[in-house]
Amino acid sequence: MDDNKMILLSDVSKIYHIGDDTVKALDHAKMYVDKGEFVSVIGPSGSGKSTLMNIVGCLDTATSGQYFLDGQEVADYSRNELARIRNRKIGFIFQDFNLLQKLSAYENVELPLIYQGLSPSKRKEQVEDALNAIGLWDRRDHRPNELSGGQKQRVAIARALATHPSLFLADEPTGNLDQKTGGMLLDIFHRLNEEGNTILLITHDPNVAKEASRSVKILDGHVSEAKDMSEIEEVV
Amino acid sequence: MIKSSFKMAFASVASNKLRSFLTMLGIIIGVVALVVLLSITNSATSTITDTISSISTNNITVTITDDKDKPLSLSDLDDIASLKNVAAVAPSAVSSGNIRNGSDTETIKLTGTTADYQSINGVELASGRFIRSADVDNHTNVAVINADTAIDILGCYNTSQAIGQSITIDGIPYTVIGVVKQSDNKVLSQASYEAYIPFTSLERLSTTVRDVTSFVIAPKSDAVSDLAQQEINSYLLSRFSNDSDAFTVVNMKVIADTLSKVTGVMSLMLGGIAAISLLVGGIGIMNIMLVSVTERTKEIGIRKAIGATEGSIMLQFLIESLVLCLIGAGIGLGISALIIAGINAFTDYTFWLDARVCVVASIFSIGIGLIFGFYPARKAARKDPIEALHYAG
Repeated sequence: MDDNKMILLSDVSKIYHIGDDTVKALDHAKMYVDKGEFVSVIGPSGSGKSTLMNIVGCLDTATSGQYFLDGQEVADYSRNELARIRNRKIGFIFQDFNLLQKLSAYENVELPLIYQGLSPSKRKEQVEDALNAIGLWDRRDHRPNELSGGQKQRVAIARALATHPSLFLADEPTGNLDQKTGGMLLDIFHRLNEEGNTILLITHDPNVAKEASRSVKILDGHVSEAKDMSEIEEVV
Repeated sequence: MIKSSFKMAFASVASNKLRSFLTMLGIIIGVVALVVLLSITNSATSTITDTISSISTNNITVTITDDKDKPLSLSDLDDIASLKNVAAVAPSAVSSGNIRNGSDTETIKLTGTTADYQSINGVELASGRFIRSADVDNHTNVAVINADTAIDILGCYNTSQAIGQSITIDGIPYTVIGVVKQSDNKVLSQASYEAYIPFTSLERLSTTVRDVTSFVIAPKSDAVSDLAQQEINSYLLSRFSNDSDAFTVVNMKVIADTLSKVTGVMSLMLGGIAAISLLVGGIGIMNIMLVSVTERTKEIGIRKAIGATEGSIMLQFLIESLVLCLIGAGIGLGISALIIAGINAFTDYTFWLDARVCVVASIFSIGIGLIFGFYPARKAARKDPIEALHYAG
């Protein structure tokens, strides 16, 4: 086992049974992400992107194959153990932000820390650092509906950042944002990456995928390395 | 974690005030029904029990209805007094006489008795003394009058002034030796004028009182009350040729016991009915919690994605249902207190909020919250995070 790998998928398959049909959402997928790397996964809709993200994000487990996250194999875990891994190792950033509408920005960022069982003073420290890092500390008392789309996504990034995760897992993070705001958001990802964080960005937009230092393409459940830009563009 | 859960639960309850209130309504009505009904029954029960023990200290009353030409005399009462479990016996002959009040003639209730009557029936004096053995032996014309007689007939508002004065009953002068303390219970002292006079004196005054036909007995203790009653029964049976219809024996302790059993059953019944309404309130809570769990599927998905375990989701919804029930119980207790204060203000009754009932109602509400919150909370906890995340509600 290579110590430098944050993510290692080895022959991972995911098979769904829908009525009498069997759907291979992932077919013997092989991929890796090194620690500190910024990798994008590109594929059209229905290619198996979501399944890949669910398995990498420990929201789901593979039908077969092995998945190592930060050197540890994720297999046969109970739902609660998977919840703990998501809580401590994964920082999710979703397309539709997935902030709790009834909570303030501060409380949204604090939520995963509550589930970690941290003391209030420790939580405050980490929430403050995270909100300062994305420049929204002065908006901490605003609820999501009082924030712009870009601000919401920055709060979501702060929520991921606050837990100091092993992996930032972003699923179409710019999908609901205009180009300018999306660009600003990608700048934040670059900065996070420069600070040593590992980022896996899933998208169907070649322009977004190009921002990563390396791209992986996914088509009909098959994962392969994208060698250059033209290959990225022909996927979609 | 628990503290944050309570904070979130309060926020969630407060965010939809109308629905929360409607949900609580079942619990509020249940708690009000339970607390008000049981408080009233318990207040009434203790009032009745207090009244019974205030008029008689668990004594036994005997009335002879057919003396078979072998009437009881005062000396026969001495025989009864010497029974093993009997402490004291006193005759209780009731008659009436006329007294003058200015130009009017009033009727006074006369009770002819002996010295022990005071301790057996717990007669409390405001001033003076009760009848003594010497008064009975000498047929003395002395009287222990009640406060109304002292005030109306003698004009003595201060009871001690009445001592030594004379009242004329059926033309015969009686010296007042004592005044009975005014009873707190207005309902039970109907006769406005009353007097205790020596039994022997009443025999001479009255044309009807000849023998002892009614007397009161104090058992050695409350514990041997039943034994004393049996002894008296067998004494009277042997005296009146085994005819149990010749006399009646009434044991106040037995009556009091029976009454407390009856009120006990009554509060159990009312409590049961009220508990059912609380239960129905609990079903309302479950109903709304299930709706809430479905509505908040997306929220559950987000929480699970960022690392909430099944236990913490379950705890969150359980606490929410608990908070609903606790607030409902609190409002219910407040309304109960207002209702009881209202009854006290607008009627002659005096009821009070029974602390025990309040505690029971609160514990019951907590139980309802946990039991009826359990299924919705489990349903929330078991949701699949991927499906929940993509729920479009």
